[in-house]
Amino acid sequence: MTVTDEVLTLHNLTESEYQKILAILKREPTITELGIFSVMWSEHCSYKSSRVHLRRLPTKGPAVLQGPGENAGIIDIGDGLAVAFKIESHNHPSFIEPFQGAATGVGGILRDIFTMGARPIAAMNSLRFGPLDKQQNKRILEGVVGGIAFYGNCFGVPTVGGEIYLADCYSQNPLVNAFALGIFEKDKIFYGRASGLGNPVIYVGAKTGRDGIHGATMASAGFGEDAGAKRPNVQIGDPFMEKLLLEACLETMHKGLIVGIQDMGAAGLTCSSCEMGARAGTGVELDLDYVPQRESGMTAYEIMLSESQERMLLVAEKAKEKEVFEVFHKWGLDAVTVGRVTSDGLLRVRHHGQVVAEIPNGALADEAPLYQRPLLPPKATLSSRLDDHSFLDGCPPALIETFLSESNDWNKLLKLTVASPNLCSRRWAWQQYDHMVQSNTVVGPGSDAAVIRVKGTKKALALTLDGPAYRVARNPREGAKMAVAEACRNIVCSGGRPVAATNCLNFGNPEHPEVMWQFSEVVDGMAEACSFFFTPITGGNVSFYNETFGGDIYPTPVLGMVGLIEDISFVTRSSFKKAGDSIVLIEPVTRRVGKVDLEDERAVQNLVASAIRDRLVESAHDLSEGGLAIAVAECCYSNVERAAIGAEITIPSHLEVRKDLFGEFSSRVLLTTRKVAELRQRAEQMGLTFHNLGKVGGNRLILNYESVKLVDISTDELESAWSGGLPKLLS
Amino acid sequence: MKATVIVTLKPTVLDPQGMTIQRSLGSLGLDDITDVRQGKIFDVRLKNGSREQVERLAKDVLTNPVIEEYRIIWE
Repeated sequence: MTVTDEVLTLHNLTESEYQKILAILKREPTITELGIFSVMWSEHCSYKSSRVHLRRLPTKGPAVLQGPGENAGIIDIGDGLAVAFKIESHNHPSFIEPFQGAATGVGGILRDIFTMGARPIAAMNSLRFGPLDKQQNKRILEGVVGGIAFYGNCFGVPTVGGEIYLADCYSQNPLVNAFALGIFEKDKIFYGRASGLGNPVIYVGAKTGRDGIHGATMASAGFGEDAGAKRPNVQIGDPFMEKLLLEACLETMHKGLIVGIQDMGAAGLTCSSCEMGARAGTGVELDLDYVPQRESGMTAYEIMLSESQERMLLVAEKAKEKEVFEVFHKWGLDAVTVGRVTSDGLLRVRHHGQVVAEIPNGALADEAPLYQRPLLPPKATLSSRLDDHSFLDGCPPALIETFLSESNDWNKLLKLTVASPNLCSRRWAWQQYDHMVQSNTVVGPGSDAAVIRVKGTKKALALTLDGPAYRVARNPREGAKMAVAEACRNIVCSGGRPVAATNCLNFGNPEHPEVMWQFSEVVDGMAEACSFFFTPITGGNVSFYNETFGGDIYPTPVLGMVGLIEDISFVTRSSFKKAGDSIVLIEPVTRRVGKVDLEDERAVQNLVASAIRDRLVESAHDLSEGGLAIAVAECCYSNVERAAIGAEITIPSHLEVRKDLFGEFSSRVLLTTRKVAELRQRAEQMGLTFHNLGKVGGNRLILNYESVKLVDISTDELESAWSGGLPKLLS
Repeated sequence: MKATVIVTLKPTVLDPQGMTIQRSLGSLGLDDITDVRQGKIFDVRLKNGSREQVERLAKDVLTNPVIEEYRIIWE
């Protein structure tokens, strides 16, 4: 085969990258080798544009057992237990086929968790779509939510929370970021390492088909046969198969049969084999004739690059091969020895008796090109018009005008606001998810953070996803700090202590210097805030090339924060609890919008944490999009424990009524308490501003402002506007 | 006039349901059957026999063109 410029372009390889390949191999690559290099050196697998920046993130801490570089990060939660967790994007597949794209995104992240030996106990997802007045965006949203529900519910993992935001930049490029968390004993961690010379390399799980093969295949020269059958296909997920795979993998692990294991995700057999070899410093020899295949006539290229779902590669102890087979056969799964571990450090692939690839594992996994791409602050930035009310971004223009106009009908405005696209109830989505399965869910979707019980202990875990994309678009560094601050605040308001985080960094085209500048700024902001709050990043994922109509999406970092609740009795919800409770607002002395002062943030969080521990707090809610008015409304809505409840409060005045009601100032929390004096004293001691706003009770929400009753509305009426928002947009 | 629209997954797309059926055949002794793929059938009745409308129904409503294909049998 001759490697023409056209072939290189189809493989997304540059001329200089090709020269590097020639230098490594000291000869021309075969087409299979070229395919292997192209996927391993792709942005997705090699992080070639992002790695130089990611190094600046804090990744170590006393609780971190495993940082970035493995399938998932792991933290110690005491009692001999550990949790593995990670977030990953499945943006592009979800645009092409929303249902299956999102479903296989969930499947992929679950495999990352159980590959480490952990049993998945919770899932969440962060979703971004274009506005729902476009039919296509509706279809994508419905498909994605359906796909998540299908996979998670069938597999039997509770989907306990997440977020959905709508903005113009996500039309044609939705974001689907799936998070999963699993639990295990901390001395039973498994790694993706191919160690032990002569050990068998075993393929387990579903058969290999032509799913999701690198788009380059289609047009690559020299393939022969019919072109139609070679078209890359959408991967179809099979959650029941994955459940069997989970049980079989955990069983072989507990029986001590295997030494290394890795999920076949992106770049399938290629990525799993060379990465396991590279980590262990060994070679891996594969014979593709033994790989279970779903279709006939597959080439070595296709088998190596297939992204068929629900497959794993594992390395077993030499004498225990048969026992591994027995376990997998018991669960009705294929398990076949397809190769062995060698000492020469090479990935050697045979097909029909011929060596079709022979590449040093290290060259594929660790020597991918690194790019220090140019950085340039963008000339045109997003207008500051919506800074005080970021929730309006993505709303229909008419709604924005009504909101910002001088209307004085505050009842109507509040009703309109709670039903607006980015503030209305997400119940339509999460009611499709089974959020109770496994019976660990203490707080499900809808509160500040989800809380799940750690069985056998009195502990619980608090989980949250946060990605304030509008804020990041306005100021990447500050926005990233705000994402970390908000995630920590959500954990603290739920009664927990933030421990560690995983991040999914969704950006536009890295070849645009403005995008790389955003990326670099976000990493710096995140690094600063994560160091400040002692919440290291234990892993995650970078997704570049998110573009829509030729424009880059907002820089959208999504942070998945995991917190530990030492005693389940500390669990605090955002909803108001009982009539008669006092409603108080705690905030820093200085009001800030679009940026966060980390010291102030820490003071607020410390106060909330200590007040919860000392039982001074009945409910705690972080103020975010839509400000105080929206936060109070959210606390009134009905929940599983009680009907909707009213409140009467006085909004503190700064003589700017719209901002005082709906302004999104940083580092604020709304608490209810029965011990006002004690809480006030503590807040003032810590240099925070304390407002006693009013009381919970009745069935109306009443907002007073400078001795005028601005809002007086029945909570049922308000709640029906809020809960009807999303179904109305979708109808 | 009647038409039958048959919607199946494209031949190269994984068919978990078909595979489940296939796996169960061994226990029944139906060992000659080596592959099963499943799909859906839609019976359609027409007033004036507009083939074009049935085509549109099949293409735009019944089939997800990314993963499925269809054929129509006319009676």
